[in-house]
Amino acid sequence: MTTSTSKPAGTVGAGEVGPATSSPSPGKLPPRAPWLVVGAVASVAVLLLFVGVSPALVVIGGLAANILGICLWSRLVEGRRAATDRMVTAVVATAFVIAMIPLVSLLYTVVSRGAARMDAAFFTNSMLGVVGEGGGAYHAIMGTLIVTGLAALISVPIGIMTAVYLVEYGKGRLARSITFLVDVMTGIPSIVAGLFAVALFQLFFGPGIRLGIMGAVALTVLMIPVVVRSVEEMLKIVPNELREASYALGVSKWRTIVKVVLRTSVAGIATGITLAVARVIGETAPLLITLGAVTGVNFNPFEGRMSSLPVFSYYSYVAPGASPAPSIDRAWAAALVLMLIVMALSLLARLISYLFSPKIR
Amino acid sequence: MAKSIEVRDLNIYYGAFRAVEGVTMSIRPAQVTALIGPSGCGKSTFLRSINRMHEVIPGAYVEGSLTLNGNDLYAPGTDPVSVRRQVGMVFQRPNPFPTMSIYDNVVAGYKLNSRKASKTVTDELVERSLRGANLWNEVKDRLDKPGAGLSGGQQQRLCIARAIAVQPDVLLMDEPCSALDPISTLAIEDLINELKTEYTIVIVTHNMQQAARVSDYTGFFNIEGTGKPGKLVEMDETKTIFSQPREKATEDYVSGRFG
Repeated sequence: MTTSTSKPAGTVGAGEVGPATSSPSPGKLPPRAPWLVVGAVASVAVLLLFVGVSPALVVIGGLAANILGICLWSRLVEGRRAATDRMVTAVVATAFVIAMIPLVSLLYTVVSRGAARMDAAFFTNSMLGVVGEGGGAYHAIMGTLIVTGLAALISVPIGIMTAVYLVEYGKGRLARSITFLVDVMTGIPSIVAGLFAVALFQLFFGPGIRLGIMGAVALTVLMIPVVVRSVEEMLKIVPNELREASYALGVSKWRTIVKVVLRTSVAGIATGITLAVARVIGETAPLLITLGAVTGVNFNPFEGRMSSLPVFSYYSYVAPGASPAPSIDRAWAAALVLMLIVMALSLLARLISYLFSPKIR
Repeated sequence: MAKSIEVRDLNIYYGAFRAVEGVTMSIRPAQVTALIGPSGCGKSTFLRSINRMHEVIPGAYVEGSLTLNGNDLYAPGTDPVSVRRQVGMVFQRPNPFPTMSIYDNVVAGYKLNSRKASKTVTDELVERSLRGANLWNEVKDRLDKPGAGLSGGQQQRLCIARAIAVQPDVLLMDEPCSALDPISTLAIEDLINELKTEYTIVIVTHNMQQAARVSDYTGFFNIEGTGKPGKLVEMDETKTIFSQPREKATEDYVSGRFG
C-alpha cells in the first residue's frame, strides 16, 4: 500500500512544478488576434512592395513575421503554453495556405482558359478536316470514355477478386507474394505500362499496331494495383463478427463474401474504384504510344487508332499548326473536360456511398 | 424440434495446440445447459465446436465424436454449412447486419441463401420470429428501419430472432448478455426460459447467478495452467452443481473461492 501511494504522489509533485515556474497568466488575446496580426503584416508588406523590395522577399518575410508576431504577442500576454499553441496553429495555417496556392492557381487557370471553348461544337464535332478555327473534342471525349471504361471493366473484377482472395482466403506464401507483386505494380512508371502493351500486341499483330484495346490494357496494368489495395483495405475493416453471424446462419463462405462482406463495404469500394479511374484517366504517355491519335471519330477499340483527351490536349498544344490560337484554346478546353469527368466520377462515388453505406436511422 | 447432443471424448485442436481435452457430456433436448468456468478454459471453443464455427480459424480440428440425435456432425462428407443450419448461434456482441433493415435481418438466413419465399410467407416468419424473441411489440412499426439503430439489448434479441428464423434444432449462446445492461439481460433470460420449450439451448456465461437462474444443467470447465488444455471437470443438474458439487474445484469456483 505504502509504495503504491508514494508513486502517484511523486508524479503529482512533478506535475505541479510546471505551472509554478511559468508564471500564471490571467491575460487573454482578443478573439480576432490572429487576423489583426495578419492585417498588420499585410499592410506592412504592401508598403514594402511600393518602396520596391523584391516581392519574393516580402512574401517569405511576411509569412515568417506573421508567425513570429502572433507568437511574441501571445508570449507577452498569455504565457508560454498559449504562445506555443498559437505558433503551431499559425504554422499549420500557413502550410495550408501554401498548399492551396498551386491547387487554386491550377483550377483558376484551367477554368478561365478552357471556358473559351465550352460550346456545343466542342462536344459534338471532331477534328476531321478542321484547320484553324472550330472543331471539337468529341472523338477524344468518346475515346477517353471508351478506353478508360474498358480498362475499368477489365481491372475492377480482377482487382476485387484479388482483394477478396488476399483478405478472405489467402494465407502463407502465395498471398505474401501476391501482395509483394501488387506493391511492385504500384510503382510501375506509366510509360513502361504503355510499352508493355505495345510489346504484347506487337507479338500478335506485328509492328506499328495501334488499337483502343491496347490503351485499355496499358491502363489496366496501372489500375489493378490501385483497385486491389483500396478494396483490400475496405474488406479488412468489415468486422469479423458479421462474417461469423452469416456463417452461423448456415450461409456458405462465398455467399457470405458476396452478400455480407462486399455488400457492407460497397461504399468504400466505389470510392476506391473512382480514385483508381481518376488515377488513369489523365494518363498521356501510355496512350500516346498505344492509341496513337486521329482526327476523326472511332468507336471501335478493336480496330484502328483512337483519340483521347490527354493526347488530344497534348498534340493541340505542341503541334498547333498554322494558326496556333484556336488549337491552344482546344487544348485547355480538353483539360477542363478531363477535370469535369473526374469530378463527375467523384460525385457518382459519393452518391453510391450515400445510397449503400450502412445506416443507423 | 429440439434434439439432444452426445459428446464423447472430444479433443479440440488449433493446429498443434490442444485447446480442449476429453470432453464427454450429453446435452438433453429442450433443456438449458450452461457452461461455466474461468477465462481461457475452452468453454467457448467447445461451444463453437458444436456448430463447427471454430473451423473458421485455420488449422482447427477435432477428435472424438459429437452427435446430434445420433447423426455425427463430424462425419466425413458432412458439410459444416448444413450443420450450422441445424445449430444456430448467438454471439457475445450483438451483430445485426448493418446494411439490412430489421425485417431483412430476421430473414437474413433465407435472403443470404437466396431461398425464394413469397412476401406473405416471410411476413409471417418475421412476425413469428420477432414475437419469439419478445421484440415484436417494440419494432413492429419500424421494420424497414436499420437494425443497427436499435439499442444493444434490442439488437441482441434481433440476433436471437434471426437465429430462430431459420428454425434450428439447437441454439448456442456465447455469453449473450455480457455486453448488455441488467434490464436487457433480464429480458434475454426470460426469453431463454420461453425458448427452451422448442429448442435445446447451450449457453456459455461468466455470470454464475445467470447460470443458476436460467439453466437446468451446468457443466464446469477448468484449466490447470496456461498452455494446458481445458477440461470438463463436472456436469450435473444446476442445483446440484451449485449446492453439493462432487469436485472440490467446482465448489471453489461456484462459491467464489477460486485460486
